[in-house]
Amino acid sequence: MHIVVCAKQIPDPETPPSAFRIDAATNKVVPAQGIAPVLSQFDGIAAEAALRIKEANAGSKVTVISLGADSAAAAIKQVLAMGADEGVLLNDPAFEDGDSYTTAKALAAAIKKLGDVEAVFCGRQAADWDMGQVGLLIAEELGWPASIIAKSVTTGGAGLQVQRVLADGFENAETPLPAVVTVSNEFGEPRYPKLPQIMAAAKKTVTQWKTGDLGLDPSQVGAAGARLKLERLATPTRGAKVELMEGDTPQAQAAALVARLRADKIL
Amino acid sequence: MARNILVVGELSGGQPTPTTLELLNGAAGLAAGGVVSVTLLGTGATAAAAAAAGAATAYVNDDATYDTFRAEQWLPALGAALDQANPDLVLIPQSASGREIGPRLSHRRNTAVAMDCISIVDEGGALKATRPAYGGNALATYSFATAPAMATVRSKSFDRATGPGASTTVPLPAAGESRTLVTGYEASVSEGLQIQDAPVVVSGGRGLGSAEGFQLIEALAAAIGTDKAAVGASRAAVDLGWYPPSQQVGLTGKVVSPDIYIAIAISGASQHLAGCSGAKVLIAVNRDPDANIWSFAKYGIVGDYKNVVPALIEEFKKG
Repeated sequence: MHIVVCAKQIPDPETPPSAFRIDAATNKVVPAQGIAPVLSQFDGIAAEAALRIKEANAGSKVTVISLGADSAAAAIKQVLAMGADEGVLLNDPAFEDGDSYTTAKALAAAIKKLGDVEAVFCGRQAADWDMGQVGLLIAEELGWPASIIAKSVTTGGAGLQVQRVLADGFENAETPLPAVVTVSNEFGEPRYPKLPQIMAAAKKTVTQWKTGDLGLDPSQVGAAGARLKLERLATPTRGAKVELMEGDTPQAQAAALVARLRADKIL
Repeated sequence: MARNILVVGELSGGQPTPTTLELLNGAAGLAAGGVVSVTLLGTGATAAAAAAAGAATAYVNDDATYDTFRAEQWLPALGAALDQANPDLVLIPQSASGREIGPRLSHRRNTAVAMDCISIVDEGGALKATRPAYGGNALATYSFATAPAMATVRSKSFDRATGPGASTTVPLPAAGESRTLVTGYEASVSEGLQIQDAPVVVSGGRGLGSAEGFQLIEALAAAIGTDKAAVGASRAAVDLGWYPPSQQVGLTGKVVSPDIYIAIAISGASQHLAGCSGAKVLIAVNRDPDANIWSFAKYGIVGDYKNVVPALIEEFKKG
């Protein structure tokens, strides 16, 4: 079975808020000093899900696709090191400053071009923009069913058996192939590549495609094709300063807190 | 400039959900004389139309097949509603179903959706939608280059609409086929007060150090009163298996807006705060005096929860 994993490298979302800066002129995040970008956490988990299916189904193959420039190349390297077989880098200035729709359009075109893909695994949302759209939009572009927010996915039944996280429980679903699955943190931890795997990754094939290779016109992708326009990116304003309870003992602090809450009519 | 607005509603127990009523209220504020309508799919839809406060028209189908959400069944019915209502804006709840409907419906209608919006305003005639990004570290505001504009909206972004519901109902088609099969459901939520409804939420985080730490969290909630307080958990705690995902508070968990949110041993990562910043009062207990939570809490105690929480339990028991 041929599974595609879509991966994205992003500024580390664990960047402490104190180090988080936005350039208001460009509406872009200023990369924090000394904090390296990371593979979007949910994409790493999607890669883990794909690799487990590959390992359980002999003759299977995992291809990682990423859209962008240097950051995309790093995302591909990471997933190849985890165990994916090949990479596809969608690298074209025309792809820049797009939205979920244009990103999915390009990724779907690449998946179509590969020809024999049976499943696409994505993270449930990119941990930078948190939109949660690309996986579903790829499914719409390809005309495939999609199962989102998966905590487990295995082959079986109609094609794939997926357990999905709903608000107050878990849904068991089955989908025929080909299908898109988006994976959530409840799935578990992704494997950490060891040095031999990282070195082996350097020898794996990474193909580069531009808009023309995908049969796309520049007007369909990037800023030209985007349907949502980012007008402003800002940091939320903070409230008033915290009032810390004084006291020599936890008992004194606790008493002070409850007294304060009563005095302020919170309780 | 009059704006027709269609709200994709949801039913629970044969009634429009609270978020449906919130979106209807939001629609009323943006319609500026245009028509507000609602879609209701599933058992009791026709009867529920009268409770869809503020909607002029309800597009309905009572087919019980719609009760279990499968996107491939809902989407054609929603498309039929859009064909008739011809909205300028579609509002969808940011719910388990809504987060699937948004992107798929927008694609089928050759437009785009802004997800998990906390506000939608008219700025000089143009709609602007604002939503958290970068795990809650940032707020992103978007305009729409295509029509209709679509947005999934976070619960409690608007107050609930009140007043009369739809006077007209229009039938939608019954459910068709779905390639995806739903084969089962396992509820994971505990009995009693739900965190989305509780006036007080007490949450534990990674700093508890172990699953056993949640016993103290539960005891504190009980001391406050099980009719008032429910227990939540940070994503880190849930990922460690210390508490069920249904109790996770955060950007990828539940977003709660209680009167009081007590964060115990939670550092205050932005993605957690995105889930609880709607609380009227945020109280924190953390032994790290530099934790990010202090930038957002109103009251706090710097100390080890293992000592502080038992002391708080005693204080609450004194009543």
